[in-house]
Amino acid sequence: MNILVCVKQVPDTTQIKIDPVKHTLIREGVPAILNPFDGYALEAAARIKDKNPDTKIVVVTMGPPQAVAVLKECVAIAADKGYLVTGRTFGGSDTLATSYILSHAIKKIEETEGAFDAIFCGKQAIDGDTAQVGPEIAEWLGLPQVTYGLECEAVEGGLKVQKEAENGKQIIGIKFPCLVTFTKPSFDPRYPTIKRKLAANRAKFEQLGDDFDSTMDKAHYGLAGSPTHVKKSFTPPVKQGGIKIKEETGAESAAKLAKILTDNGII
Amino acid sequence: MEAKTKDLWVFIETNEDGSPKKVGLELLNPGRDLATKQGGKLVGVVIGNNVAEAVEQAGIYGADQVIVIEGPEYQQFTTDAYVNALTYVVEKYGPTTVMIGATPNGRDLGPRFSSRLRTGLTADCTSLDIDEETGNVAWTRPAFGGNLMATIMCPDHRPQCGTVRPGVFKKPEAGENKAEIIKEDYHVAPEDIRTCILETIEDAAGEMVDLEGADVIVSGGRGMGGPEGFNTTLKPLADLLGGVVGASRAAVDSGWIAHAHQVGQTGKTVGPKLYIACGISGAIQHVAGMSSSDCIVAINKDEDANIFNIADYGVVGDLYEVVPALTDEIKKLKEA
Ligand SMILES: Cc1cc2nc3c(=O)[nH]c(=O)nc-3n(C[C@H](O)[C@H](O)[C@H](O)COP(=O)(O)OP(=O)(O)OC[C@H]3O[C@@H](n4cnc5c(N)ncnc54)[C@H](O)[C@@H]3O)c2cc1C
Ligand SMILES: Nc1ncnc2c1ncn2[C@@H]1O[C@H](COP(=O)(O)O)[C@@H](O)[C@H]1O
Repeated sequence: MNILVCVKQVPDTTQIKIDPVKHTLIREGVPAILNPFDGYALEAAARIKDKNPDTKIVVVTMGPPQAVAVLKECVAIAADKGYLVTGRTFGGSDTLATSYILSHAIKKIEETEGAFDAIFCGKQAIDGDTAQVGPEIAEWLGLPQVTYGLECEAVEGGLKVQKEAENGKQIIGIKFPCLVTFTKPSFDPRYPTIKRKLAANRAKFEQLGDDFDSTMDKAHYGLAGSPTHVKKSFTPPVKQGGIKIKEETGAESAAKLAKILTDNGII
Repeated sequence: MEAKTKDLWVFIETNEDGSPKKVGLELLNPGRDLATKQGGKLVGVVIGNNVAEAVEQAGIYGADQVIVIEGPEYQQFTTDAYVNALTYVVEKYGPTTVMIGATPNGRDLGPRFSSRLRTGLTADCTSLDIDEETGNVAWTRPAFGGNLMATIMCPDHRPQCGTVRPGVFKKPEAGENKAEIIKEDYHVAPEDIRTCILETIEDAAGEMVDLEGADVIVSGGRGMGGPEGFNTTLKPLADLLGGVVGASRAAVDSGWIAHAHQVGQTGKTVGPKLYIACGISGAIQHVAGMSSSDCIVAINKDEDANIFNIADYGVVGDLYEVVPALTDEIKKLKEA
């Protein structure tokens, strides 16, 4: 099988602080990490490869040159090869434009790696939390999709995907070629072995620059080709902490709280 | 696509039994306001099988018009059937705005539909307005795990689309149903539905829970200290209040409770009337998933815990003393 995993380098949003005076994000010193959901997508691919050893896993990322770090990390975990899509004219792309560029990059990579049976994405990237790029890539490429995948199994000609559904789980059957986005399963991605880490350090990654595909239409990517524009951004108003209750005993505090909640019609 | 009207459409998602999901009706509330400002009609779109109830409710909650696409192929949600159907009617009638509830299905459908029309979509919005200068919808949403809010517009493409979080808006007042019903006879061939639901695993073991639809959530974190308290301490309070049990990631990662209960950035985004956080410190990733709750109560031993900064009522104390006492007190007050 031939699987492509789309991965993104994101700031570790747990480490972001707000400047108390300027009310802006302090991004300096915030480590860049592999988007956690993309790690789950990679693990899903790795589990298919565990059972079907002739599987090839290719990763692709679009981002600045330093995003190559996540490609290395993916090779250390489970990927066989990685591609970096990077170009100045790609900057400022919204999700539709990003998915346009990535769908063209995927076609380009297929010229070298052969057609992909499945494309895996994370459910969402934790910087934007949009969860749109996966389904949008599927649309540009005309592929069927499953979102909120937890784990999956390769079967004859396709995949059986277990997905999170509103009131339970579902098993979805889907034929190749297809696209699946993954959310957090009950397991974590595997740790890289020393051997794989060393291999990852030596790995070279092919770059696709601004002009990797001359058929791409400028009207569809970059800031100018993006239908949505950020008009403004601001830090959420800090809610003032409310009423603190700290009586002698837990029972007294509980009684006071119960009364407040009832008096105010909250319960 | 060119807009043919100034109408604003709300996708009224349905359950398998043809009843509407809450969020669709909620969106009729801000939808009314925005539609008036845009100078167009408020239209509900219902796709499903035997959806009379959803159509009726859309009218009761204020839609001027309801567009209905019915067929057995829409009984269960599939991306292909729903995207094909929604795209068909949107292209036919040309609304200027389309709003979709940010449920799992809504977030599967939304980007697929908007990209087919090559237009913009703003994900998971929590507040909506009309930009006075341009008349565009100003969609506001959290990013960076709730650390930042961004207001986004889609100036040159139509329809302008957004998914909107459940629980953020209240259902409008019910009124007289004056909606004009338009039935569209549109069907999707079986071979065009490229996924097949092989099995549905219902929540028999109590593993899954409807956090998004709950009015009351009682959540436990690392402070629970183990799995037992979720059933013995939190569940009785949740049951008493007609609510469900949630959890922080620390509790889920410790294996004390299933992931389905997790609230936060990598779990569910919830907006209940009452959220009671027990033994949860209030990390930004947790808060991102519950800060739009109407009333937040925190119970924590540590007076300096972050959760107190966002709590309306904060009890400093041991949850194992406070929660059972609280349950008893509420029982007493209810009986009185
Ligand atoms: C990418 C990413 C995504 C994440 N997504 C999520 C997410 O979706 N949801 C989420 O919740 N977290 C998420 N996290 C984790 C998050 O950063 C925190 O680690 C987590 O929320 C902490 O959980 P907690 O509050 O239960 O535990 P802790 O931070 O350990 O807090 C436990 C609290 O319990 C109190 N306590 C202890 N004993 C008692 C007692 N007997 N009575 C009363 N209080 C007591 C303590 O004072 C403390 O405040 C994410 C992290 C990352 C990196
Ligand atoms: N710049 C990118 N490069 C590669 N993959 C991406 C990029 N942006 C998004 N993706 C993929 O799309 C998923 C959803 O991202 P988003 O729509 O931004 O939340 C991510 O988890 C990745 O799998």
